[in-house]
Amino acid sequence: MPEPLLELRALDAYYEDFQALFGISLEVAAGEVIAVIGANGAGKSTLLNSIAGAMPSRPDAIVFEGRPIGDLPAHAVVAQGIALVPEGRRLFPSLTVEENLLIGAQLRRPGPWNLVRVYELFPALAERRRMGATALSGGQQQMAAIGRALMSNPKLLLCDEISLGLAPIVVRDLYARLPSIVAEGSAVVVVEQDIVQALKAAKRVCCLQEGRVALTGLSTALTREAISAAYFGT
Amino acid sequence: MQWLNVIIQGVLVGGLYAVFAAGLALIFGVMRLVNIAHGDLIVLAAYLALVATETLGINPLTAILVVVPVMGAVGYGLQRGLLNRTLGDDLLPPLLVTFGLSIIIQNGLLELFTADSRRLAAGAIEVESFPLIEGISIGVLPLLQFAAAVTVIGGLQVLFYRTALGRAFRATSDDPAVAQLMGLDNRHVFALAMAISLCVVAVAGVLLAIRTNFDPAIGPARLIFGFEAVIIGGLGSMWGTFAGGIILGVAQAIGAQINPGWQVLAGHIAFLIILALRPEGLFPKVQG
Amino acid sequence: MSAAAGAGIGATFEVEHASRSSRIGGAIFAIAFVALVAAPGFAGRDDLRLLSEIFSYIVLASLWNLLAGYAGLVSVGQQAYVGLGGYVLFAATILAGVPPLIAVPLAGIAGALLALPVAGLMFRLRGHYFAIGTWVVAEVFRLLASQLSALGGGSGISLPAGIVISMAATRQWREFLIYWVSLALLVAVLGGIVLLLRSRYGLALTAIRDNEIAARSNGVDVWRVKLAIYVAAALGTSMMGALIFLQKLRISPDTAFSVNDWTAFVIFITVIGGIGRVEGPIIGTLVFFILRRTLADLGSLYLLMLGAVAIAVMLFAPKGIWGFVAGRFGWQLLPLERRLRFAADTRTK
Repeated sequence: MPEPLLELRALDAYYEDFQALFGISLEVAAGEVIAVIGANGAGKSTLLNSIAGAMPSRPDAIVFEGRPIGDLPAHAVVAQGIALVPEGRRLFPSLTVEENLLIGAQLRRPGPWNLVRVYELFPALAERRRMGATALSGGQQQMAAIGRALMSNPKLLLCDEISLGLAPIVVRDLYARLPSIVAEGSAVVVVEQDIVQALKAAKRVCCLQEGRVALTGLSTALTREAISAAYFGT
Repeated sequence: MQWLNVIIQGVLVGGLYAVFAAGLALIFGVMRLVNIAHGDLIVLAAYLALVATETLGINPLTAILVVVPVMGAVGYGLQRGLLNRTLGDDLLPPLLVTFGLSIIIQNGLLELFTADSRRLAAGAIEVESFPLIEGISIGVLPLLQFAAAVTVIGGLQVLFYRTALGRAFRATSDDPAVAQLMGLDNRHVFALAMAISLCVVAVAGVLLAIRTNFDPAIGPARLIFGFEAVIIGGLGSMWGTFAGGIILGVAQAIGAQINPGWQVLAGHIAFLIILALRPEGLFPKVQG
Repeated sequence: MSAAAGAGIGATFEVEHASRSSRIGGAIFAIAFVALVAAPGFAGRDDLRLLSEIFSYIVLASLWNLLAGYAGLVSVGQQAYVGLGGYVLFAATILAGVPPLIAVPLAGIAGALLALPVAGLMFRLRGHYFAIGTWVVAEVFRLLASQLSALGGGSGISLPAGIVISMAATRQWREFLIYWVSLALLVAVLGGIVLLLRSRYGLALTAIRDNEIAARSNGVDVWRVKLAIYVAAALGTSMMGALIFLQKLRISPDTAFSVNDWTAFVIFITVIGGIGRVEGPIIGTLVFFILRRTLADLGSLYLLMLGAVAIAVMLFAPKGIWGFVAGRFGWQLLPLERRLRFAADTRTK
């Protein structure tokens, strides 16, 4: 079996004295789409932030392409090929849409993604390229945030709650683009509140409950009851 | 007619104040740091220019080519080695550390150069002037300095809005945490910002050295003029800062015309009036 | 000391302030106070002057600490009030014939009144910009002072002999008088600060220091508290300034509004001693004077070293000497802690 792209080995995470993650172990294969679900406070965002390097971890707790990266700072993690679409979009307000995308390309990693390709994926952005990032609608801002992350040509894309605050039709539209992203060679980890959407988009699902992995499996194989039990911890 | 002359002189000096202010505003914009040693660094640059002209035997205007890269390197090292450690939510550490730095630079210069007043001789160009209109002539040197000020401000504007580095500055200023997540190394970005700020300081220092007598103690006054120009102009806009400098220069010139002892005081009063009536400044940039 | 009982909650409690270390500290202060009051009896003239100087720096540093360490107002312009106090004293005595010792509280009131419009302007600035703004205000005071020809303009003025003599029968008693008034001001300022911090106002201050937004959302009127502290600091600083220049017998704009003497040293003292703790300025002043005794001959090198030490302390020991000690051992010299003691609790510390 080929080596996994990303391997989490007993990953812990702390906010000062408070422990948010307890020994998370997970594997992501190249080109795979995995959904991480769980109730609020389960640790989903913490998980992504740890992988992205925004929070410190043991070096070998996070292994990417066979290399331990747990203790690398966030900017170095991007250089390795992992990009995060942060929760709440968090575009740069002083920059235009195009400038936001260009920031993502700061590191000049080789790969298929560039301005042209991103505009092909999200034509709405091309029309608004010179507008201030905050002048866009929620859905368009989410596109811009995803595009910004793609510009660094990541091998692994981390999406933190891209459905947050968006109308269902917009969310469906966003998820419809996911296959194009995967086709270009990225694996994707989506953190989602919307379980239905998560199960549709991802091949595998991981459910977190109070900082621990409560359930993993193929989305097609898991029953409603199993997921519900893992989600709420009953 | 005399008043027109006064205003013109004020405008020309105002350009220099704008350069003092630009370095300050840049740093505050990118990393919310106010460098209390800013004025003393301008004086340091002036002394560097002095040393450069005396040891290398070059013209002061050529000395700019030496002083700018040296100060830029100093800025990078200072930020990376010392000031990066003070950044954070607490405002005391950067303020106190830069205050300590101010004292160190002032007294260090005092030890090295004594309190004697010095000046850079720029040669014949110092006294040349040409008539503008009937009864008013403009010194060539002040005009050159004003042109330099415009160039510096314009250059910074281009840097900030048309280059990748400027993009990095603006992004890091907006959201340092997300900037890191996009691959920007904050330590490096901040250090580059300080390096550029000190390059601007270097230009300011050389212009100052040619224009007036300087000694180790005049740093704080330059900091204050720069600061007043920033507040008068309003935060967030380079050209606003430029306008602030001009207004300050004109206020001082008018004050000096009424009574020579009132020059600096007039500037302070103009600053306090703006603060009272329009605290956001005259040309603030509204954040989108 | 007891505070409101938790009526309706079911448990009654008291708020305790003292601890074993503060009882020891209290004893030390009491003994020191008695010794200091009696000092004119056995100390020489120079020693009394030195003590007065030490008192003045403890007062200035304690007030700066209150502003910066508790109210979050970092002022680099307190020299404005030192100089103002001095000039009001000289003006009141020379121009209006007010007895010098009456002029001291007068100077304080003048400082407090002037602090109101100054705060009105300065509070429009935040953080670092507030700091430089206060510096500008001090510069304005200095420039205005140098325009006052009745008080010597730019070169300053000496206190006329007649006024000096009118203070006491002999020179010796005059010096004793000034010394005791300085000691009294020191005790008043320190006592006032301790009482303030033990009160509800003090609790509000500590909340503001720790997290201003949280304090505001808990109903603390942050602006009003900061204004009150700023005015109180101006009051104390102006009175101290009046006393300082009464002792010096001469004033000039540059000495009255010197950034080095009244701000740089004060900041270093507070940083090295420990910001945000009442004991800090006291410890810091003592350290400062010991350093000065051994190193002052070095002139500007001394200042350079002070700057370097302040930077080092800020980077590696930001809580200063006392902050480190108090953090490590849990000591306090003055009874300022707050511990809840429930009626059912029989533990003692």
